[in-house]
Amino acid sequence: MPYLVHSPEERAEMLAAIGVESMDGLLVDIPAALRIPRLDLPNGLSEFETMAQITALAARNRVFPDRLTFRGGGVYRRFIPAAVAAVTSKPEFYTAYTPYQPEASQGTLQAIYEFQTLIAELTALDVANASLYDGATAVAEAAMMAYVHTGRKEVLVAGYVHPEYVDVLRAFGEGRGIRVRKGSEPNAKTAAVIFQQPDFLGLLVDAPDLTKRAHDVGAIAIACVDPISLALLAPPGQYGADIAVGEGQQLGLSPSYGGPHVGFIACHKDLVRRLPGRLIGASHDAQGRRGFVLTLTAREQHIRREKATSNICTNHSLCALAASVYMTYMGAEGMRQVADVSFKRAHALAAKLAALPGWELAFPERQFLSEFPIRVPKPAVVNRKLARKGILGGLDMQRWFRELKGVFTFTCTEVNDARAIDELVEAVSS
Amino acid sequence: MTEPLSFEKSRPNVHAPRLPDAGVAAAEVGDVLPPELLRSQAPALPRLSEPEVMRHYSRLASMNYSISEQFYPLGSCTMKYNPVANEAAASLPGFTTLHPYQDEETVQGALELMWRLEQALCAVVGVDRVTLQPAAGAHGEWTALRMIQAFHRSRGEARTEVLVPDSAHGTNPASAALSGFQVVEVASGPDGRISLADLEAKLSSRVAALMLTNPNTLGLFEREILDIAELVHNTGAKLYYDGANLNALMGVCRPGDMGFDAVHMNLHKTFTTPHGGGGPGAGPVGVKADLVPFLPTPTVERTNGHLKLDFKRPQSIGRVRSFYGNFGMLVRAYTYIVAMGGDGLTQASMDAVLSANYLRKRVEGLLDLPHEGPCMHEFVASARNLAPNGIKALDVAKGLLERDFYAPTIYFPLVVPEAIMVEPTETESKPTLDAFADAIAEIVIEAKEDPEKLHHEPHSLPVGRLDEVATARRINAYLQGQSEDPILRWKPVRD
Repeated sequence: MPYLVHSPEERAEMLAAIGVESMDGLLVDIPAALRIPRLDLPNGLSEFETMAQITALAARNRVFPDRLTFRGGGVYRRFIPAAVAAVTSKPEFYTAYTPYQPEASQGTLQAIYEFQTLIAELTALDVANASLYDGATAVAEAAMMAYVHTGRKEVLVAGYVHPEYVDVLRAFGEGRGIRVRKGSEPNAKTAAVIFQQPDFLGLLVDAPDLTKRAHDVGAIAIACVDPISLALLAPPGQYGADIAVGEGQQLGLSPSYGGPHVGFIACHKDLVRRLPGRLIGASHDAQGRRGFVLTLTAREQHIRREKATSNICTNHSLCALAASVYMTYMGAEGMRQVADVSFKRAHALAAKLAALPGWELAFPERQFLSEFPIRVPKPAVVNRKLARKGILGGLDMQRWFRELKGVFTFTCTEVNDARAIDELVEAVSS
Repeated sequence: MTEPLSFEKSRPNVHAPRLPDAGVAAAEVGDVLPPELLRSQAPALPRLSEPEVMRHYSRLASMNYSISEQFYPLGSCTMKYNPVANEAAASLPGFTTLHPYQDEETVQGALELMWRLEQALCAVVGVDRVTLQPAAGAHGEWTALRMIQAFHRSRGEARTEVLVPDSAHGTNPASAALSGFQVVEVASGPDGRISLADLEAKLSSRVAALMLTNPNTLGLFEREILDIAELVHNTGAKLYYDGANLNALMGVCRPGDMGFDAVHMNLHKTFTTPHGGGGPGAGPVGVKADLVPFLPTPTVERTNGHLKLDFKRPQSIGRVRSFYGNFGMLVRAYTYIVAMGGDGLTQASMDAVLSANYLRKRVEGLLDLPHEGPCMHEFVASARNLAPNGIKALDVAKGLLERDFYAPTIYFPLVVPEAIMVEPTETESKPTLDAFADAIAEIVIEAKEDPEKLHHEPHSLPVGRLDEVATARRINAYLQGQSEDPILRWKPVRD
């Protein structure tokens, strides 16, 4: 059997050493009524047969090429440098565990310390944690921080925040009796104002104004941000938001049908003690050598148990590592170029589509970065037409927002070259 | 060996990676967006060439212990071999490129995989349905508690308490609190198992659920589980299974048959998806029929061979994360299950129990064994026999690191002083187990003959014991405004 290591002789030797005759001698505590005769699953297969089965499943999915994918909505196709997989596929990283023993885990600890610094720099906030599961749970965890910090039981979601993030926020809030309200007018009961920049439609919101509204009533301002956008856009720290959260998929992670990706969270120094999850700090040994350790663990579940700030135990360390490699490889200049190319291509695409008969920008007065909402004629056929040409078209907003009937969002990144944009325009106008 | 931070290796004007030109006619960002929306100062990310980036991370990798190189006997973490075929499967472009909002017709293979994985997990743990959405074990715990809460609320019952044994994982009480429950602790008896008398005393119509790990965190099977289930169900409460220790039971017995109503599983433990240095994992939750209406949306449904995502579940607790869970981890776990099959998984659990008992036998007389055996897939020893020499569990752990083993879980469970919790798993060979036991023996001799030497171990790793107290003190100084150095990040010296 694959992956099992004992020979029959060794099993017998071990049983003899223990002093029992058979495995039943070790399973004596299990009531006989509970023992099952066999596991109701087919017997195992060879690696070749296993991979044939899995490959057949993969083949039943349709693969759209990067350059012809114009669908976003929180998950994007981007250029992933080969360096990312070369690092994350090192078994020293991917087969290690949470760095409980720092002396034997400095690789992971230092990489995540660098991740914390990279995220803090990108968001222009004081401290970031070692990562969270995804953008949705990052929003929810930030809201929980605000609830604990202010003692208030309402969070305000302003504008078009990713609908799945809001769903998760509701599910998190419900257990604790936290109400999620939509709107942009906070009041004295509001723990936090949550907004997304750019929003789910791709449009830019007035982040400084929303931050000020939150602060005027003593609430926490939570900015959910796109990490690539921060190469160009004002970071949360610049306009005074207290907490920045977001989804890090664009930092070197493939779409992978929605996961695993990585959530990030950074905050102002005053809120550090409320941060969920792991935090890594710099330390030193008796000889004065620098090393890194898990720290401020008194916030965490394994110490505080029911008084912990969150129940999160491990995070998405390997995905955070991927994001670190990506950001380190790209640097500020590389990330700026990525954002800049995406911006220009999206604007070129928007202009071309808006010029087609029956097509018009849904919010022509609003600015966007690399994703935009556009009203399409015959929404039922647009994507089918595109799919026939091998193109993954826009995302139908009506699925979530009744008022956005006929509005699709399209996204462009550095992988959608100029010819791909023309192919898309040709396909919809044919 | 130490390695400078990427930030410290950064040099100005090192070549940025080459990226494509826009190649389209479009306005400049600065001409379109108002300055107040733009970043005023570039982030201080490091600037390194690709060769330097690769060397940096290769050097960091060499500073880690990992299952690929070391025995990693972390109790309750099930650090078993991560099959490389799993990685090959998860890297297939037919999986990695899938956009979560592709139309169902174009992702039938992905949905089929999720559906088959759900069926397989149902078979292993004995439940009716499974949600694959939770991203981790703790996330699964919380998801299950939210379903139990929704169940009680649907019957007009406001049950406010959750019972948790004193030996439970810390995530149990934390997940209960996050769901808005009050946590009530149930004591363990002298034999290391939950005290039925205390359980009875704590049960009432206020109790929503009892959270239980079986085998428990001491590695002992709760042999009165059927009585426990009856007691709990008689008060209308639900029984929740913390699947951290499921690796002991595959093909042997099933939590569902024991009376558990909700069961979380850690695919990164029992089903070999890699731990990744602390995630990503996956924490699916299985439930019995009466909790099925409350499963998170969407579920995967299969009719006449056609698969679809079902979002119309009126009693659902909603979404617990974006999209459909850590799909890449689901691919790995399913690949493992197909390769192992029912026969392989059963043998895996048997071998895990055998290895734990063998290793337990080998350390008998070296360390204290506070509970009577046999154990299941793990055991808890105590270093309190070394206390007269001034040696603690921590010192034993560090001595193991010095001898090229990762350390067991220490100081957990809390009910055992100087706890050393060892889980060998089925993928460690007898020679490795013997070498580990020999290392413990050597450490115990050193503890008695030269405890001072042991206090200074490890000394052949990149760093020695780190001053965690000083780290916490410096962070406090920063948070109280007495220092400029955050300690939690590298602080660039700005001009």
